[in-house]
Parts: sequence; C-alpha cells; structure tokens
Amino acid sequence: MRFSGFKVVKEALTGHRGWKPLWRDPAPQTHYDIIIVGGGGHGLATAYHLAATFGQARIAVLEKGWLGGGNIGRNTTIIRSNYLLPGNEPFYEFSMKLWESMEQALNFNAMVSQRGILNLCHTDAQRDAFRRRGNAMLLAGADAELLDRDGVRAMAPFLNFDNARFPIKGGLLQRRAGTARHDGVAWGYARAADQRGVDILQNCEVTGFRIENGTVKGVETSRGYIGAGKVGVAVAGSSGRVMQMAGMRLPIESHVLQAFVSEGLKPVIPGVITFGAGHFYVSQSDKGGLVFGGDIDGYNSYAQRGNLPVVEDVAEGGMALMPMIGRARLLRMWGGVMDMSMDGSPILDRTDVDGLFFNGGWCYGGFKATPASGYCFAHLLATGRPHETAAAYRLDRFARGHVIDEKGVGAQPNLH
Amino acid sequence: MLIPHPLLGPRDAQEFTYLGDAALLNRPDPASGTAAFCDYVYLRDNPAGTHRELWYHEYGDRSWLLVTRDTLSHEILDVRLAREVKTGGTA
Repeated sequence: MRFSGFKVVKEALTGHRGWKPLWRDPAPQTHYDIIIVGGGGHGLATAYHLAATFGQARIAVLEKGWLGGGNIGRNTTIIRSNYLLPGNEPFYEFSMKLWESMEQALNFNAMVSQRGILNLCHTDAQRDAFRRRGNAMLLAGADAELLDRDGVRAMAPFLNFDNARFPIKGGLLQRRAGTARHDGVAWGYARAADQRGVDILQNCEVTGFRIENGTVKGVETSRGYIGAGKVGVAVAGSSGRVMQMAGMRLPIESHVLQAFVSEGLKPVIPGVITFGAGHFYVSQSDKGGLVFGGDIDGYNSYAQRGNLPVVEDVAEGGMALMPMIGRARLLRMWGGVMDMSMDGSPILDRTDVDGLFFNGGWCYGGFKATPASGYCFAHLLATGRPHETAAAYRLDRFARGHVIDEKGVGAQPNLH
Repeated sequence: MLIPHPLLGPRDAQEFTYLGDAALLNRPDPASGTAAFCDYVYLRDNPAGTHRELWYHEYGDRSWLLVTRDTLSHEILDVRLAREVKTGGTA
C-alpha cells in the first residue's frame, strides 16, 4: 500500500475500506541474520537502513512493549544540527540531511517542518561562543546565522528583551532545523522496514544473551530463544539493564528528563526557541500546544516520571524568557529515561563480544539523531566498520582520552 | 523528595547536590594503573533498583551522605554519613 494524494481521494470516495495495518505482526522465526534489540526510533531506523540501504535480509526488531512507546514517543520533537565539536557536528548535519529526504524515502508523512531553531544569547561572551559555534556549523556544511537584538525582535517580539539579569543580546539561528512528528517517525520507519521484509516483534522482551566462546549466538526472549548472526542493541534509557545481561558495564547513568505541553493556542511561536541563561526550550506543535522542557532531574532514575523541583525550575525559565507563557494552562507533563553518558555524547560501536553491537548514550539528544543513528548503526552492522560521521563515537574513547565533551564538565553525567 | 539526614532529620532534596554512585568512595590505589582508574572514573553499574549514591548537603551542614535509594520508585532505604562508612569494602 503506497500513500499518495490519489489514494486519499480514492479512499474518501469508497468509504475508507482500503486502509491496511502499517506493518505485519509476524511470529518469531528460530534464527535471523541480524537482530535489533529495541523497537524505538533508532532500532527501527537501523532495520530500515539495513534492508533498504545495505541490502541485508533476515532481520528482526525485538521490542519489549509496543512499538514507539519509549523515548521516541516522549521527546519534544526537535531536529537540529547546531553542535560545536568535530566529533559531533558532521554526524548531526548528516542526520539533518537525512531528515530532509526521509519522508520521500519512506513514503510517509512524518510532518518534518523546518521552522528553525533560535538559541538566545544574553551576554557578549555568549555571543562570541555562538559566533564560534556558528562557524563550526558552517564548516561542517550546516547553515547558521547570527542575529542581533533587532533580528531576534523581528522574529519573536513577545520575548522579555529587557530582563534585568538576562537581557537578550541576540541569537544563533539555524533555519533548516525544526520539528518532526515523533510517533510518525517511528511508524514511518516501521512501515518501510516491514515492507522490505523486516520482522517487527512486539511484546518480545530480551531476557538474556546466549554467548559462547566470546561470540553472540542469539537472544533469550519472553517469546522463546531466537538465534542470530549479529545482535545490535539500541535501547537508550535501558542500556545499563540490557548490556548488564551481556556482562558489560557502561560509561552511562540513567536519568529522567521531563517534558510539558500546554493547552492548544493560536500560532504564536515561530520555531524552536531556547533560553540561553537557564535551561528552557519551547516550540509550538501543529495542534497548537506549547511543547517545552528543561533540565534532567539530576539523580539516577529508571522511573519514567520526575519530581516537582524541576517543574518549578522549568516554569521559572519560561516566565523569565516569555512572561506571556504564564497565561497558558499546562495540559500534560511526562518523563522519559535517558542514557546520560560520561561526556554527553553517544556511543555507536562494536563490543568485546563478537557479533554484539551497541548503540546508546544519546543523553537527551537522541530524537534528532534518529535517521543518522539508524544509517550509521546499519553501516556498522553490515560492513563491520564505523561510518565516517560516527567514527568518533567509540566505546573506548574514554580510556583513550578522546572524549567528546560539548559542555566541558567532565565525567559527571547529571551536568551534561 | 525528602532525604532523612542522620543528624538533621528529613531535609528537602533541593538542599543537596548529587555526585553519583557510592563506588566513587573506593578510589583505586595510585599504583594500580590506567585501566583501573578508567573503570573508576567512567564505568558504572547503573542498576535499576537499589542504588548506593553520594549526596552533598550543600545548603545545610555540608556533610556528605551515603544514600541507598531505589531508582525505580525513588524510595530511600537507608542514609548514613559518608565519613562513617569504611571504604574499600563492598560499596
């Protein structure tokens, strides 16, 4: 079934009886060439690229719950490539380029909307840092513009420009950044992977790895043992729990991040806006809700819910940035569990177990990376070599001293 | 979240800053080599469930506490002063 304008009109005229489920619900086979653990955005994108880009077959995605029920359905839907460091920026720009073509490639409307992201600066030093960051982005082939105060005012006149402590001095704008419908991304990749023969097995929790002589042979699951040639784990948030079953300790702590959405409002926020003096960012969904968030709660947590002090902190950030947000009523708030890595950057690498590959440590930036993470992880699984844009995301970079620490805070995951 | 301080009674977690796994108390011997220090600095058990961790009472009496907390429910199971905990043990 291919989606098109013609199909929509045809179904409208024939009582909508021709729509089919987007993917099959197959029974597990006894053996697959490649098993992906985790049916979130990254796992599904990996399966799609394995089948569509790297010509692999006999692939399964194992998901313990329902498809897209983890962080792919819990994030604040922002896509961007405004990083600084050479280990990061080319990867995220590669991801941004894949976002620009993924809807056509998947034949699925993921509502990718390049409405721009504006990072505000509040001091001269911060403007200098943004100029440097913008130049780094341009060098990696991304787009960046430095706006002065009037430029910001023209875009977002409702901001509090003359806050006594944090006056707005300007901003770094990436026009190609924006938002995408997060569930749609999972569904689009799942459907496209399924159409290429990937078995998506939901309610199939991995309970152990079968490892013989240092080589992975398969996985124990809640639906029985499944043999595998290679196993790729993409379960960010639960990486500690899953890799422990393979006897591995990771440079990762799990932390909870909260997000919020207001009642639906008329269009008011042009793109994504981030506060530079506190941790607060906001965008507006196509349904009208203001989607915003802030810092992680700050202590190890596997609970998919947060505590109130961070709610207060986020609300204070919102009020300092755009006082009119005080008139909006909060509709929902929720939490998701993050893999907070020791340098704030992800890990995409083979492990000490032959045939076992790891994708995780995305901190709170995993959503924007979904297409490139899938592409690069598929590249690694299919060819055995890291993709050129993900070559820095090695597991042993901590021991070698080649950390990719955008914030420069060291091995303190709750500060990244 | 309230943390039952052994000397001061229940205190708001907002008064504390968080460091991380209490395994950080067990700094390796300086002669034990790079690999041991890499493990110590970067690798974590990161359990889902009971977790022994270090909290600093920054806006209080500035003591370090060793808190045993459930990372699934945020329930606090035990709190003691870090200075009274023997290092090098099972932390």
